[in-house]
Amino acid sequence: MTIKEKERKIEELKLKINELKLMESNEKIDFTDQIKELDTKIKDMEKRIVNEMTPWDRVLVSREQKRPSSLEYINEIFDDFIEFHGDRYFGDDKAIVGGLASINGMNVTVVGEQKGTDTKDNIYRNFGMPTPEGYRKALRLMQQAEKFNRPIVTFVDTPGAFCGVAAEERGQGEAIAKNLMEMAGLKVPVLTFITGEGGSGGALALAVSNKIYMLENSIYGVLSPEGFASILWKDGTKAQEAADVMKITANDLLSLKVIDGIIEEPVGGAHKDFIKVAGRIKEVILRELKELQLQSQEELLDHRYARFRAFGEFE
Amino acid sequence: MQIGELFKKNLKYIELSAKAGEDREERVDSELPSIPDNLFIKCPSCGEKLYTEEVIENLNSCNYCDHNFRIGNVNRLMIIADEDSFEEMDKNMTSVNTLDYPGYLEKIQGYQKSSGITEAIVTGTCTIDGVKVVIGVMDSNFMMGSMGSVVGEKVTRAIEKATQEKLPLIIFTASGGARMQEGIISLMQMAKTSSAIKRFSDAGGLYISVITDPTTGGVTASFAMLGDIIVGEKGALIGFAGKRVIEQTIKQKLPEGFQTVEFLQEHGFIDTIVARKDMKKLLSRILILHQEVEDDN
Ligand SMILES: [Zn+2]
Repeated sequence: MTIKEKERKIEELKLKINELKLMESNEKIDFTDQIKELDTKIKDMEKRIVNEMTPWDRVLVSREQKRPSSLEYINEIFDDFIEFHGDRYFGDDKAIVGGLASINGMNVTVVGEQKGTDTKDNIYRNFGMPTPEGYRKALRLMQQAEKFNRPIVTFVDTPGAFCGVAAEERGQGEAIAKNLMEMAGLKVPVLTFITGEGGSGGALALAVSNKIYMLENSIYGVLSPEGFASILWKDGTKAQEAADVMKITANDLLSLKVIDGIIEEPVGGAHKDFIKVAGRIKEVILRELKELQLQSQEELLDHRYARFRAFGEFE
Repeated sequence: MQIGELFKKNLKYIELSAKAGEDREERVDSELPSIPDNLFIKCPSCGEKLYTEEVIENLNSCNYCDHNFRIGNVNRLMIIADEDSFEEMDKNMTSVNTLDYPGYLEKIQGYQKSSGITEAIVTGTCTIDGVKVVIGVMDSNFMMGSMGSVVGEKVTRAIEKATQEKLPLIIFTASGGARMQEGIISLMQMAKTSSAIKRFSDAGGLYISVITDPTTGGVTASFAMLGDIIVGEKGALIGFAGKRVIEQTIKQKLPEGFQTVEFLQEHGFIDTIVARKDMKKLLSRILILHQEVEDDN
């Protein structure tokens, strides 16, 4: 049974339980045992879905059209979010959103990569693939946060930085590089959540952070599995096998110390219970910001430097 | 071995770049030629027929149009560093297979044999017309110059040395991008090197990045584009995404000259472009213009 099939089966069982409960109250028959049995079946099946998820299954969940977007999280988690636009040089990239917000009385700057919520919106958002303007907007807002001594929270969800003629002409490489360099020097806490796809340099450009968390079914890699398969094996259709060897799941990345923690999702993915997932993210933000704000500027900078300095094995 | 010795040894026999199209597994899509083992070659840029020996004497570039054939890092250092001045850092650092990618170490060993170098970059110190610098030279003969842990670490150590010893830093880039076999760890090298450059820059250090053919992907999106001064070697390919990827995205052929240093200079991202034979002089002039003038008071 595929995951989708199992999910359908679970829905069927849930319906059956509801029917039984209805019959119980209407006809005064006791179905307690039957309901219990069905409940166990559901729990069992849910457990199997979670345990049997392959890296490729998670790739698919991370790209799910219904997966909550950055703006949905931002609006749910923060109070009084005001979106600000533009890089002050060229334009306003729709694949990156950002602005000012507060959370439990604390002012923060939030920045996130934004995918569309339907096909039309996806075209408007360029499928969450930022252009150089997007990265420059993000940097502008982050440096503004630094000026006013606000912590920064970023949300990563992109297949990758946009690969097009205009992006090259306007310095996609330079824009990403500049973000990496300048984020390393931000004198305020930076906290990142990878909520969907963490596609390569396009994701990293918002993630040179003190702490990085991933949703359970999000991915983060040097390239998409399709791209990896086509470069290394000259066969883009071997994406599933690529996903298996690339170590792109939250668990893999936690053990490689690329991330600091994993946020649990409901069975089937974050979209099954968005409010719950947003609540969990909010808890982490409150806890982490409380801790990070105890650190001096120097400690924050040293911590961030040491974190990235440590990556790499060699002889 | 000192580069000076290599220089003498190699004067007659200059190692030539890997043939285009070989081992093209990394992200570079350009069809750039290298010198075949013939008496004559045709310049791919101006079409002139050239004596191979003359090309070699002319620093591996065309006598007519200054077209640059790709060169390895030994040759590059011979051209740029003062004789006998190069002292290599981290000479024997090699990769480990962090992600257990099948066949990775065998592949590394293969490249070490075929290219005669241990990794895709050499770093060290040298003088350029008497001015001491920290220098890094990437080499696309080694796994297309891809950046994994070793490249990232050597670059970072070079930057940190330049920071500590208050020396100017020069990096010649040539890379197909991230080392895929090291997955996310290769991506992290972009953040690592860029963070080190931030500290170097804040400490007032001068960083000259020199873009040579080809520079793409994760190296473009990190230290290649972070120079205080970004110099292009004439005709070099520089870009973020590979040509093929862009063509697939926009579904049309890209124009001639797209993603060259000339193209990016036109768009405002390259300070100056020079022919290979003028590179050392240019670097030396920039270095001298950064030396502190003695105060008479
Ligand atoms: Zn020519």
